[in-house]
Amino acid sequence: MNKKTFPKGIHPPDKKELSKDFKTEFFPAPSTIVIPLHQHIGAPAEPLVNKKDRVLKGQKIGEAKGFISAPIHASVSGTVKSIEPHLTPSGKKIMSVIITNDGEDEIHPDIKPLKDDISSYSPEEVRTAVRDAGIVGLGGAAFPTSVKLSPPKEFPVDTVILNGAECEPYLTTDYRLMLEKTDELIIGAEILKETVGASKIYIGIEDNKEDLISLYAEKLKGRADFEVAPLKTKYPQGGEKMLVKAILGREVPTGGLPFHVGVLVQNVGTTYAVYETLKTGMPLIERGLTITGEGIKTPKNLSVRIGTMFKDIVEFSGGYAGNPGKLIMGGPMMGISQYTDNVPVIKATSGILVLPDEEIPHKKEYPCISCNSCVDHCPMNLVPTRIVKLAQNKLFEESKKWGLLDCIECGTCSYVCPANIPLVHWIRYGKNELMKLRKKSEK
Amino acid sequence: MEKQYASDFKISSSPHLRGKESVPKIMYWVVGILMLPVASSIYFFGMNAVRILLISVIVSLLTEYIFLVSRKKDISLLFDGSAIITGILLALTLPPGLKSSYVVIGAFVSIALGKQVFGGLGYNMFNPALVGRAFLQASFPVAMTTWIPPVIQKMVDAKTFATPLGGFKFSHILTPYKNLLIGNTGGSLGETSAILLIVGGIILLIKKYIDWKIPTGILLTVFVLEGGLYLINPEKYANPLFHILAGGLLLGAFFMATDMVTSPITPKGTWIYAVGIGVLVVLIRVFGGLPEGVMYSILIMNAFVPLLNRYTRPKILGEGGKK
Repeated sequence: MNKKTFPKGIHPPDKKELSKDFKTEFFPAPSTIVIPLHQHIGAPAEPLVNKKDRVLKGQKIGEAKGFISAPIHASVSGTVKSIEPHLTPSGKKIMSVIITNDGEDEIHPDIKPLKDDISSYSPEEVRTAVRDAGIVGLGGAAFPTSVKLSPPKEFPVDTVILNGAECEPYLTTDYRLMLEKTDELIIGAEILKETVGASKIYIGIEDNKEDLISLYAEKLKGRADFEVAPLKTKYPQGGEKMLVKAILGREVPTGGLPFHVGVLVQNVGTTYAVYETLKTGMPLIERGLTITGEGIKTPKNLSVRIGTMFKDIVEFSGGYAGNPGKLIMGGPMMGISQYTDNVPVIKATSGILVLPDEEIPHKKEYPCISCNSCVDHCPMNLVPTRIVKLAQNKLFEESKKWGLLDCIECGTCSYVCPANIPLVHWIRYGKNELMKLRKKSEK
Repeated sequence: MEKQYASDFKISSSPHLRGKESVPKIMYWVVGILMLPVASSIYFFGMNAVRILLISVIVSLLTEYIFLVSRKKDISLLFDGSAIITGILLALTLPPGLKSSYVVIGAFVSIALGKQVFGGLGYNMFNPALVGRAFLQASFPVAMTTWIPPVIQKMVDAKTFATPLGGFKFSHILTPYKNLLIGNTGGSLGETSAILLIVGGIILLIKKYIDWKIPTGILLTVFVLEGGLYLINPEKYANPLFHILAGGLLLGAFFMATDMVTSPITPKGTWIYAVGIGVLVVLIRVFGGLPEGVMYSILIMNAFVPLLNRYTRPKILGEGGKK
């Protein structure tokens, strides 16, 4: 097999065996649902409902203005208990619609597919449906999908890459989805291809998921428009730029997006969400996630309503095991650590990871000894140590020249650093400070 | 009633996993691998080697301790392994008969002027052991170039004994390759056994604790330049293999020039650095007044490291692409 890959990267322990064999379970919606009105970049949504209103499943409850935005929908039927700021996994308190679930799952009457035949949607209809359904990238970045499906005319897209790499350790929700919804994903990918006018679809799968590689190769035998692209298991293979480089050998320009080199990269979860919306008319109110880690009694793959509290999911999974040290939304490399489980699942929640205290690194920080490990492993070919030293000394513009803004924050440099310097943390600091300076100079 | 929630989790910036390497782990691996040239130095130079090694390591640690205390730094940094490496490396570059008091001075200067005045581990510009050695060379030039034969070579007249490089430069005597490989020659404590230095270097390369570009660049440059000279005039110039095996080149190429702190961080910078050392070694050995030039070559190129880093930024993935 001809396995593709990108230069550099790392091999963290993958730990997918904790959850990979458990079929995706449907998680019954709990009695209280908290839906933040701001779940991704762009302007926050304005609430469309009031306290004590009855809302129905799928009903639009928040509308955002602007191109890069997505509306918010009720994931259950019930009564609006209150609209108030609530802590979210982003670490901020965000205005949220809190719904008391009536358990009826009464679907809003407007929810029906635009077309009976899923293959008869026009590209414009797909974009509108995806936008109205509030679909965002479910791989973790939560970039509005309708925007991704509308590349500028001067950059024709010839290739769609279905991102099934799932390179974050521990997480297996994409793996389960690819195993359980094979046909739906293939149809979804075809629709994406038609929407952007591409001619070829690659399905990128890491070789730690051999069963998927052979499953899709078998299913797509004889199809000229599809190609399974087996990838070496290496972090961060699922990063858009790494995927495009590995499969097509094209380099996404610095500061650019895959469409600049004629590519649309779409996560499998997002592709499935697009399929579901076109098929049923139901907006994005539910998503797959993995609850896992050595700090959880029974790791699971779940299909969960947006707005379900972490604590409910933890309870459903047998509760905490041992001495839980860290609760993380997402994977261990790029996930956001939470100090409390009193936060809701948002569209970007690809996993809930509980690391026991003994799995958390307690390493001492040393001065940088210029060992070059970060340079030797950075998938963006940056010199992290220098970017960080410049940022630490507040030379942000100089740091930018060394690629401060090109960092994808994958965490590879911090992982390999023998001095245990939180390099990515310093890079985030540098980016923030640079933005502040920019805003100041614009004023 | 609201369900209870847990809220005493630790928070930190991602990533939440860390690899297995650590600064002390790297340092102690290097210390372990340095036991190869240490063993050869003790085998060939006996108690002199033990004496110099012990003094050098103890004084290095002591100096490090004094500075850490006076600079109000974390004392546990004393055991990060770096001061021990400096102590061993300095000892390995000293002549076997050197007076103990000179060793004390050398070790103190290595840590004090070579490392701590810059801010300690990670901040020094020059290889600390070589700073100490250069200081001794400048202060005690005769003692630093007086060589005694290995203990197993008693029959040689100690007063006129020379290193292989000195012997060739001043008397045109070629030391047999077998002696160069095994280490049965004159020279600094740790530089004589080419075989053990190569084995140690290979272990460092396999563990990725040194950048392969540095020994490759240095050794290839020396080989090519010396080879060219040898082809022009084999009567006057030594075989390039002789230059690789004799003197401090292997010790320098594998253990000194590769010091992480004082070598460049960019790939292109590293190549220039390595080739630069190779060129300087040949210039000093062939055209300079001294038979050996590894120490000065490394120190000079150390000085260029900040400049090399600044002007050799690697191309970022996707840089120059159209959008």
